[in-house]
Amino acid sequence: MSFTPWSSEAASAVLDTTRDKPGPVLISLQALQNAFGYVPKEAVEMVAKACNVSRADVHGVLTFYHDLRTSPPPRNSVRICVAEACQSVGSQRLVDETERVFGTRMDESNEDVELKSVYCLGNCALGPSAMVNGELIGRSTADALHHLVKAKS
Amino acid sequence: MSIRIYVPKDAAVRSIGADYVALAIEAESAKRGISIDIVRNGTRGALWLEPMVEVETREGRVAYGPVTVSDVDSLFDASFHMGGQHKLSLGLTEDIPWLARQDRVTFARVGVIDPLSLADYQEHGGLVGLRRALTLEQEEIVTEVTQSGLRGRGGAGFPAGIKWRTVMATQSDQKFICCNADEGDSGTFADRMLMEGDPFTLLEGMTIAGLAVGASEGVVYIRSEYPAAYATLNQAIEFARAFGWLGDNVLGSGRAFDIRTRLGGGSYVCGEETAMLESIEGKRGVVRSKPPLPAIFGLFGKPTVINNVLTLATVPAILADGADAYMARGVGRSVGTQVFQLGGNIARGGIVETAFGVTLEELVNDYGSGTLSGLPVRAVQVGGPLGAYLPVSSLNVSMDYESLLAAGGMLGHGGVVVFDESVDMAQQAKFAMEFCAVESCGKCTPCRLGSTRGAETILKIMNGEDVQDNKKLLLDLCEVMTDGSLCAMGGLTPLPVRSAMLHFSEDFDRRARA
Ligand SMILES: Cc1cc2nc3c(=O)[nH]c(=O)nc-3n(C[C@H](O)[C@H](O)[C@H](O)COP(=O)(O)O)c2cc1C
Ligand code: SF4
Ligand code: FES
Repeated sequence: MSFTPWSSEAASAVLDTTRDKPGPVLISLQALQNAFGYVPKEAVEMVAKACNVSRADVHGVLTFYHDLRTSPPPRNSVRICVAEACQSVGSQRLVDETERVFGTRMDESNEDVELKSVYCLGNCALGPSAMVNGELIGRSTADALHHLVKAKS
Repeated sequence: MSIRIYVPKDAAVRSIGADYVALAIEAESAKRGISIDIVRNGTRGALWLEPMVEVETREGRVAYGPVTVSDVDSLFDASFHMGGQHKLSLGLTEDIPWLARQDRVTFARVGVIDPLSLADYQEHGGLVGLRRALTLEQEEIVTEVTQSGLRGRGGAGFPAGIKWRTVMATQSDQKFICCNADEGDSGTFADRMLMEGDPFTLLEGMTIAGLAVGASEGVVYIRSEYPAAYATLNQAIEFARAFGWLGDNVLGSGRAFDIRTRLGGGSYVCGEETAMLESIEGKRGVVRSKPPLPAIFGLFGKPTVINNVLTLATVPAILADGADAYMARGVGRSVGTQVFQLGGNIARGGIVETAFGVTLEELVNDYGSGTLSGLPVRAVQVGGPLGAYLPVSSLNVSMDYESLLAAGGMLGHGGVVVFDESVDMAQQAKFAMEFCAVESCGKCTPCRLGSTRGAETILKIMNGEDVQDNKKLLLDLCEVMTDGSLCAMGGLTPLPVRSAMLHFSEDFDRRARA
């Protein structure tokens, strides 16, 4: 995943591709995040203008969706499924060990990696499931997740 | 002529190394000078045999699995590319008992065809239903779907034909077909597998729905956790446009229908149909009050059919083979087949499509072969995070809408999640409340605040604090949530909680005694 550094000019160009679509607020925010890796606070005003809605409306959407983030993403993202099917095959143990191996806590990050919980990745017969930088991993172990992150860095 | 070898591309199979297996087969065949053609199919659904590699032979497709990279050398040594015997041989794919016992209607082509080949699709019965629909009046299509008895597979089980009729009868300059591909329920993955393994079937079902109700636009709302399904579906839409199927002139009929996709934002409640509409409109995914029904006032205020992926993907088969063939399957008012998804702590997980009326016992113990851990089964959650936890003594329940309701559960989207003896059911109840607190859209107080209170109360019970009083408080909270919630998020969260308390009461008393 490589992202363009944030600039309002680049953001305007992105918004030009979404502003005229039906129901443009969410897709505008998603497109900004795709381009820059996150949606900076100053984008709220721009999106509001482009989509002809209030800043409060944009803020409401930005804070509602778990996927949208307002700070730059870490170099690596590790998402661990903590929903029922994965619980039944030891997702809690996976969480504990992954926290230890990476030296950070769930839903926190260090300079290298962000650990995030997710509810179901659609891989419920091959759990515990995780996603490392967008790649789905079945029958996950903390070592395997660590290895994947190291392989990239 | 080169040999056709199938290596699934389904996300689940890739998650356990399918890409590496495909690469290894490619490299080894090149080294040995054997000309092969690798097809990346969907999965047949026997996930316990994946990565399962198939080879096309004169007798039919021969399977090997589960294959790892280190097996590839010996597979070639055994001439697997000509169907040779190997320790991983599974025989003819269609004779594998786990698959042969099933009755595949919705999933008939998944794992069989090259997902993005329109030629393959048509060779296996694709577009027959749509071509027939193009010869029928709107009324006739709706009647066929109504008569088939097809009910919504997203959770509520509402008859599809009745919903379609309302939209058909509502006058409007514009109508929509919205496919709910949010598939947020833990333990479910059939929507994803269908979209990755046979995306054209979904497009065909949506096109038929469009013809039936007089809509020219379809939207598929896909959860962001499914990037591969999203990409495959977008590709399929492109191919269908280029083929002259989607667009202004559906297969030369002069009628218009096109489909676009929308990606979700990682919110469970956006699977609720009206929250989904809000989300497609770009807003917060807050549930709307009903009435008005989406069938009358739906997307952008227009009459809208909202159906689950599996509901729509079953429609082509109904149009192709007739309502009677579909209706002949199942029990009572649960007609046709259900795509069950076996997951969690299960030895043989995956997709089991079979007529309604199979027992939970057959699914968990016959198909599933019990737990993965080898410990005894203790609980089975049917129907996702809002579904009940059933004890082993309930395994004889018939898997259909009515029987599950009578057993205090619900079918939901057909997910079956198995837990072994090590499960702590108080912990599971607490999780149900926590999940509701995280995912609540915030509109109703019982859902938003009751769930947080509920989780706190269960924690107290787990810590042995005033156990009897807190259990009573918890049951009261459940009642308030059931009665005072606008949608099933708050309304059904009490189902897993209460069923855990009812069937596994020892887990709520243990600490008090200890
Ligand atoms: C909290 C909540 C989440 C839901 N999630 C989904 C979902 O992910 N997919 C789905 O098809 N239906 C989901 N539903 C059910 C939908 O509201 C709706 O009933 C369904 O999409 C209608 O399609 P069907 O009649 O074909 O089942 C959910 C309902 C609730 C209350
Ligand atoms: S029950 Fe919960 S999710 Fe449903 S509308 Fe009310 S607050 Fe929203
Ligand atoms: S519950 Fe973990 S992938 Fe579905």
